[in-house]
Parts: sequence; structure tokens; C-alpha cells
Amino acid sequence: MKLRHTLLAAISLAFAASAAHAEIKVGVVVSATGPAASLGIPERNTVALLPTTIGGEPVRYIVLDDASDTTTAVKNARKLVAEDKVDVLIGSTTSPASLAMIDVAAETSTPMISLAASARIVSPMDDKKRWIFKTPQNDQQMASAIVEHMTANNVKRVSFIGFANAYGEGWFEQFKKQAEEKGVELVANERFNPADTSVTGQALKLMAAKPDAVFIAGSGTPSALPQKTLRERGYKGPIYQTHGVANNDFLRICGKDCEGTLLPVGPVQMARSLDDSHPVKASALAYVEKYEAVHGEGSVSSFGAYAWDAGVLLEAAAPVALQVAKPGSAEFRSALRDALEGVKEVAGATGIYTMSADDHLGLDERSRVMIEIRNGTWSLLK
Amino acid sequence: MDMSIALILGQDGITNGAIYALLALALVLVFAVTRVIFIQQGEFVAYGALTLAMMQSGATPATVWLLVAMGGLVTAFDGLKALKAGQMQRAGMVAGWNLAYPLALVAVLSALPVNELPLVLQVVLTLAIVVPMGPMMYRLMYQPIASAPVLILLIVSVALHIAMVGLGLLFFGAEGHRTPAFSELSFDLGPLMVTGQTIWVLVVSVLLIVALYQFFERTLYGKALRATAINRVGAQLMGISPALAGKLTFFLAAFIGALSGVLIAPITTIYYDTGFLIGLKGFVAAIIGGLASYPIAALGAIAVGLLEAFASFWASAYKEVIVFTLIIPVLLWRSLTSHHVEEEE
Repeated sequence: MKLRHTLLAAISLAFAASAAHAEIKVGVVVSATGPAASLGIPERNTVALLPTTIGGEPVRYIVLDDASDTTTAVKNARKLVAEDKVDVLIGSTTSPASLAMIDVAAETSTPMISLAASARIVSPMDDKKRWIFKTPQNDQQMASAIVEHMTANNVKRVSFIGFANAYGEGWFEQFKKQAEEKGVELVANERFNPADTSVTGQALKLMAAKPDAVFIAGSGTPSALPQKTLRERGYKGPIYQTHGVANNDFLRICGKDCEGTLLPVGPVQMARSLDDSHPVKASALAYVEKYEAVHGEGSVSSFGAYAWDAGVLLEAAAPVALQVAKPGSAEFRSALRDALEGVKEVAGATGIYTMSADDHLGLDERSRVMIEIRNGTWSLLK
Repeated sequence: MDMSIALILGQDGITNGAIYALLALALVLVFAVTRVIFIQQGEFVAYGALTLAMMQSGATPATVWLLVAMGGLVTAFDGLKALKAGQMQRAGMVAGWNLAYPLALVAVLSALPVNELPLVLQVVLTLAIVVPMGPMMYRLMYQPIASAPVLILLIVSVALHIAMVGLGLLFFGAEGHRTPAFSELSFDLGPLMVTGQTIWVLVVSVLLIVALYQFFERTLYGKALRATAINRVGAQLMGISPALAGKLTFFLAAFIGALSGVLIAPITTIYYDTGFLIGLKGFVAAIIGGLASYPIAALGAIAVGLLEAFASFWASAYKEVIVFTLIIPVLLWRSLTSHHVEEEE
């Protein structure tokens, strides 16, 4: 009986919606399976928590899984635009998939909000990318947090060691640029492989340069090896890591050698310990509480927060667009794009968004905080 | 670079080289006796290390279930064959070693508080779980095709390597583990900082090499293996069972692999797929020894370890490139100096 009621309700709702012709359709592509699933699953879970009415209009989310595959992501995006006639696309989880979806969004003049990190998704700005927005911080924001902390703590000479892959290389480029601007000197530049069993050689080289601090750009538990080796070899100075290590497995592997490690993270991970005056505290906490109410204590991640912020941006922009045109039309999509570009000081879980024609990310230094590993756990640096 | 840095790098290189040497010896042994290129050697390293780590975290290591499954299959093949032939005693033996033994291990693991046992016992239990997989693997995968060309055996090895890595991910998860050191001992020797674990690695490696030498020189089984390596058909005519030789070889290789894993687990973080790269470096050393000479393979392993340590100091981004490129001049030199004999299959 219950099923029939739900069905009836759904059918009548569908009729009501098609009669009013005013439902906002949101097409979501995430990587809920495949290698990027650990990112995509919290994103998919978060979509279920996004607002169901915006500006008095009902919102319908159509979620498709791209299996962490670029081709499938593009296929899904085309299907959402052509068959479901969505007003806006959200996704996908990974940078390659998001970059490939740009063409679909631009061709069909559909605004798209990416959940992937690469800065190249929204810059340099061109005719296609004017339809694209994104919510995760760039490495640039994270690197600037580290460089700022270094200059504030009188660190003049830094030894760098990073993964011998795109992650380490990307960080090196970004970090080098910003460090040079701020007068921080890079005195050693080394690489290691995530699968390495020994980094003694690199550690000695890092130390031989007599740095004020060492910066390790790696992600996950492999990033613990250089730190352990440095401490074993008697290096006593400060060690910086990237937000790629902000998970509890890293603490387990690294143990006491990681006491005092400094790293930047998105505010949502530290939402509970943020100062009440922090501009992102309220909006981040709102997300954390909503997510953890459904999925349990400690289940929240910064990836889900990216999807949440896509919803926050829509909630801010759609009412403006609704004044111009009805959903389901090209005019509405175009107005929605303009409205997204015009959001000012919108507080999400990742930071405060202020978009412009050139900046389709819109995050500033309020989108990250520096934390320290103290007594075997993460603690916020005030 | 000054003297002290060179010494520290040398120490690091020799420690790693000792592990590569053990693996290289096992690779040479397996190839000489069975003509199998033992790619999954590295997986035994990872299985050894991670089984120990799992025990220490208080969980029942999932590898024991793999042992039960493999033992069950062996029993099904050999036990039934013996039963059909009416060899009751033999069937009992097969079932005892391949079915009762793994099940007894399961019982021991679930009855004892394994994470509170002394480290020595944990290591013994780890070896008891991982090592028997070697002979079982030979029985199940290689024995039926023992006379196949080297290429077929190699393809089987690749398949087993991929299967073992996949199972490793299932058993141990994607994250790495470290185990506590055998001893917290640590002292300074000039510029060197010597830790207890380094000494353990070196001492165990040397002891194992000496023990292997004694085994091959002094015991009947050792001599049987050498005879099989020199001439398979001739050895068979003299009454040496090739199946037994194969199982014994795989037992030794699995033992060396698992023990290496246990030894390096406190030095570095081991992941389910770490073994492959370690095994490959052992393979480079084995190639230096032409897959035939034990002493040259062992020296080659030390050379690989040292080269790796110094390369990571001078050009860290190209470390692996440098280590694996070493194979090319070695192969050139070997092909110029040795007279190649067409293998007759």
C-alpha cells in the first residue's frame, strides 16, 4: 500500500511539475565507483542533502555515476543535457573528467559547477570556460597558506621534497612561484616515489642545505616516510606537509615523528574547532551537522563539502535567474550563468565565494586554515 | 658530499642490498630448479610483512583463509588421487598437511590473543601461515605444466603476481602498515647511526646465506636440488622426484620472501603492492648473476642497493631509471661474454 501511495504521489507530482513547467533540473555527474570513489561517494551522499526548493521552485537532482571514467562522464553530461534538459550541470569528481565536460557545457550553453581541484578547469578564462565554475580550492590557495606561515615564522630557507609525479610537480611549480615572491629561498629540490622503501639519500641532501624548514609535498601515508627519515637523521626544524595527508591513516603510520607537522586544510575539516568569529564557521558547521546526522560522527570529508557548496551557489544564484526567465529555457540557463558569475560573499562550507568574470572559483584566504599535529591529532593554529 | 654522507648512504645501500640479495638468491634458486621466473617473490615479502602487521593490530590475518583454500584444493587433487589408488596412508598425509594444518592454524589464531604474544611467536606464526603457500602454489599452478616452455611458466607467474596483488588489496586494504622494531637498540658509530633493525637485517641475511650454502653442500635434499638444477632429466633418472624438488624450492623461496618482509616491515611502510618493486630489484641482481650464479647475484644485489642509495642522493627524480637502466649494460656484457646455448624443449 505504501508503495502505491508513493507512486501515486510521485506521478501526481510529476504532472504538477510538468503543468507548472517551472522545475529546476540539476544534472549531477560524480565518480561513485572506480578509483575516485572515495571522493565521489561523499559527493553523491551530499547531493541528497541539497535544497529541494529554491526561490519557491522545486529542484530535481538527476545523479549519474561516471565510474571515474572520462568518456563516461562526457556521455553522462550529454545525456543529462539532451534527454533530461537540465538547467545546470554539477560535476564531475575528477579533473580530467571535468575538463572533458567543458565542451558539452559550452556547446549547449549550460552552466556547469565542477567538483574537481585543477585550476585549469576555470583558468585561463575563455569563451568556453565562461560557462564553467568550480568549488574546490586551487593548490594556489593551499600553497599561499604555507608560504604565509613560513614568512610569519621567519623561515627564510626551505628544502622541498615531493612525489615524483604530477602531484609533486604541480606543488613544486605553485610553491616555487609564491615562495620567490615572498622572498623565501628554495635551497633543495628532491623527489621520491610513493612506493619507495628508503629516502635516506634525499633526506641527507635536504638537511645538507641547512634549511629553516622542510616542505614535503606528497599525499596519503607514503608522505610519512621522508618525515620519519628526517627525524631519524636528527633533523629538528619544522616540517610542512600538504592537505593530501589530512587523514587518520597518516597519523597511525607516522606516530610520534609527526608531532608538530604543519599543513593547510579546508575549514570544513576543522569546523568544530574554528573560532566563532571565523567567517566560514557557521556555514561549514551547518553542512557538517547535516551530513553527520545521516552518515554518523566523523564521516564528513572535504569532498562532500565541494558538492554542498555547489548547492549553496545554486541557492544564491537561481532566485536571481528566476526573475529573468522560467527554468527549462535557454534564457534561464544564460541568466543562471550570469547570476553565478555575480555571487558576492556567499558563505559555503569550503570558504566564501565572490565570483567575477575572470575568477570562476571565487575563493580567497578564508578557504583554508593552518593546522598542526599535536598529541597525535589535528589541532587548529590560531 | 663528504665522508660522513658517503658512509650513511653506504649503510643504507647495504641494508637494502641485503634484502635484495636474499630475494635474488631465491629467484636464482627457483629458476635453476624449476625454470620458473618467480615474479610473485615480491608478493611473499608484502604478505609476510602485512600478515605480521595484521596480527599485531589484533585481527586474524586474512592470509590464513587463503592458505585454507589452497590447502583444500591440494587435498582435493592429491587426496582423491591417492584414495582412488587405494593409498590410504598417503591420502591421510596429504589431508593432514594441506587440510588439518591450515585449520589448526585458524584454531590457534582464533584461540590465542595474537596481538599480545611476544614478537618472536608472532613472526613464527606469520611464517607458518605464509610459507606453506609456496609449495601449495607450485603443486596447484606449476606442477601440472612443469615441462612447459619457459615462456608459458613466465605467463603463469605474471598471472599469479596480479592475482596475489589483487588479493593483497582485499586482505590488507589500500593503506600501508609498519610494525614495531625488533629491538629499540640504537648507537652512534662515528657519523653513522646504527639501529638494531639494521643489524637484524644484516645478521639474518648472512646467517640465511650461510645456512643455504650448508643446505646445498651437506644435505641430501640440497644435493638433490642442485642435481635437478644441473640436469633435470638426469636427476629424475637417478630417482629424484621433480615434483618434490619443485615444492622444496618454492618452500625455500616463500620462506626467504616472507622473512624479508618481516625484516623490513619496521624500516619502511609496506603496502599491498610494495613487494613488486622490491622483487624487481632483486630480479635486477639475479640478472647480473645470469640467473645462475649465487655469489654474483648476491654481490649484484649489494651493488643495486648502493647504486640506489647514491642515486637518491645525486638525482632523486631519476633514481628508479638509474637502477633499472643498470640491466642494459649488464645484459650487453653477458651476451658478449657468454656462449649462448639454444635451450632444447
